[in-house]
Amino acid sequence: MIRARAAMLLLAALLPAGQARATEAIVTGLSQNRVQITANFDGSEILIYGAVKRDAPAPTDAPLEVIVTVEGPSTPLVIRRKEKVAGIWLNRSSVTIDAAPSFYAVATTGKLDEILSGTEDLRHHITIPHAIRAVGISAEAANSPDFIEALQRIRLNEDRYRVAEGTVQLAEETLFRTDVALPANLTEGNYKVGLFILRGGKVIDSQERLIGVRKAGLERFLFNLAHQEPFLYGVISLAMAAFAGWAASAAFRFMRS
Amino acid sequence: MQIYLPIAEVSINAFILLGLGGIVGFLSGMFGVGGGFLITPLLLFIGVPPGVAVATGANQVVASSISGVLVQMKRKAVDFRMGLVLLAGGFAGSWTGVQVFAWMTARGQVDLFVQLSYVLFLGLIGGMMFIESSRSLLRARRAGAAAPIRRAHVHTWVHGLPLKMKFRASGLYVSVLPPAAIGAVVGFLSAIMGVGGGFILVPAMIYLLGMPTKVVVGTSLFQIIFVTGFTTIMHAINSQTVDMLLAFLLIVGGVIGAQLGARMSTKLKAEQLRILLAILVLTVCFKIALDLLLMPSELFSITPVVLP
Repeated sequence: MIRARAAMLLLAALLPAGQARATEAIVTGLSQNRVQITANFDGSEILIYGAVKRDAPAPTDAPLEVIVTVEGPSTPLVIRRKEKVAGIWLNRSSVTIDAAPSFYAVATTGKLDEILSGTEDLRHHITIPHAIRAVGISAEAANSPDFIEALQRIRLNEDRYRVAEGTVQLAEETLFRTDVALPANLTEGNYKVGLFILRGGKVIDSQERLIGVRKAGLERFLFNLAHQEPFLYGVISLAMAAFAGWAASAAFRFMRS
Repeated sequence: MQIYLPIAEVSINAFILLGLGGIVGFLSGMFGVGGGFLITPLLLFIGVPPGVAVATGANQVVASSISGVLVQMKRKAVDFRMGLVLLAGGFAGSWTGVQVFAWMTARGQVDLFVQLSYVLFLGLIGGMMFIESSRSLLRARRAGAAAPIRRAHVHTWVHGLPLKMKFRASGLYVSVLPPAAIGAVVGFLSAIMGVGGGFILVPAMIYLLGMPTKVVVGTSLFQIIFVTGFTTIMHAINSQTVDMLLAFLLIVGGVIGAQLGARMSTKLKAEQLRILLAILVLTVCFKIALDLLLMPSELFSITPVVLP
């Protein structure tokens, strides 16, 4: 009995403060964990759902909140700024970013600044600025806040980055669901889905899942051919062009005669 | 009907692409220009990445040029000998252009360089053509619809150069040096601007070499086939930016447009044809110049880094 209590105390001391009271755990599911990009691909909607598992009655101190993030594969980028030189607008300065997510969506049950504390955001990289920084930023880029802001602004406008507050539906503090629409201009790779449950601004539990986005069929074939046999691909492209040019000319001659 | 392009990695309506190809093909068949100077800005406008737009545009120009040249060949309006001389210069110029392009890319000013080249050459050629063709159109009207008397042989310093060769289809007996030099300039510019160079070649053949307008279109198309074919292969090998699916849709629209355009060109007078081409060239020039001069709404731009 005494030994058991001592072990529990030890366990409590070892665990970080946040997880010590983890009486609630997250269980999640995705409507699909693979997205195939075929010729008629026009975006895809993913249903992300889950439930909160409890050993004890739900705490009543703060309401339960849910955040869902979807992060696309990262790519290196150059951000350039135009300046006016002798009456002409031209690229003057640039900043290289080693990796920035090609897609990033955040869906929540409420306003982000109300349900998530600053320190928890830093730790779990949830909001867009932290998510970008988490992936990898050079010292040069870190000293250029204008450029990072521009990256966010442009990608928000392009709908590549999204913040959708209040789009996660939560029922009875237990079941939750949200739909994330993946755009048509997807980059191939693994999309990380992060699920977080929070109370009083603190993350209680989280889980990560992957959605594999792959080209399929004709798209796969052409992409592979272009990268593995570039010369052959070029020759085929030319042959197709030559044939189409001849066929059109022959067809019109036939129609006239 | 949306279609996902495997190399460009964007989803675009297939009918927009067919229509775009058709319009450019029509102009190509009508004027004997490849249409590269139109297709590249148009593809950029609908959201195709720049590298893919340039490379795939070149591939589409190959098809519409072949389609157009076949019509001209039936009319015996292609001077193959002149075409080959131009082409020899063209490959040399293109090779040099690729080197300069790589050097400018390393210095990070390739966009500006390309835009300035567009403004300079489109403006120069378009302006010259517009002045000349409107003058001859006015002259024709004043003379009571009588065609202006054009002397077939105006002897200039060009005719004093060595290595003379007979170009029967053009009715010319001139040195091979001027056409080879023109071919080299065009090849150089096409490598830098990602175009076939027809809009420079056509006026150069008319005004500098004195070739008759009726063989100019066919001969220009003949040369463009090979220059853009070379460009396509180079891009496919170096940067994998040729999108075959995108090219296919543009080509289907383009070859049909080129056939219609080539037939339309026989219905218009040479002066009218030239003045229309001049207006088209000047419009594109004006648009690019505006982009350079007006303050852009977004000062920042994002470019993905191409991994080696």
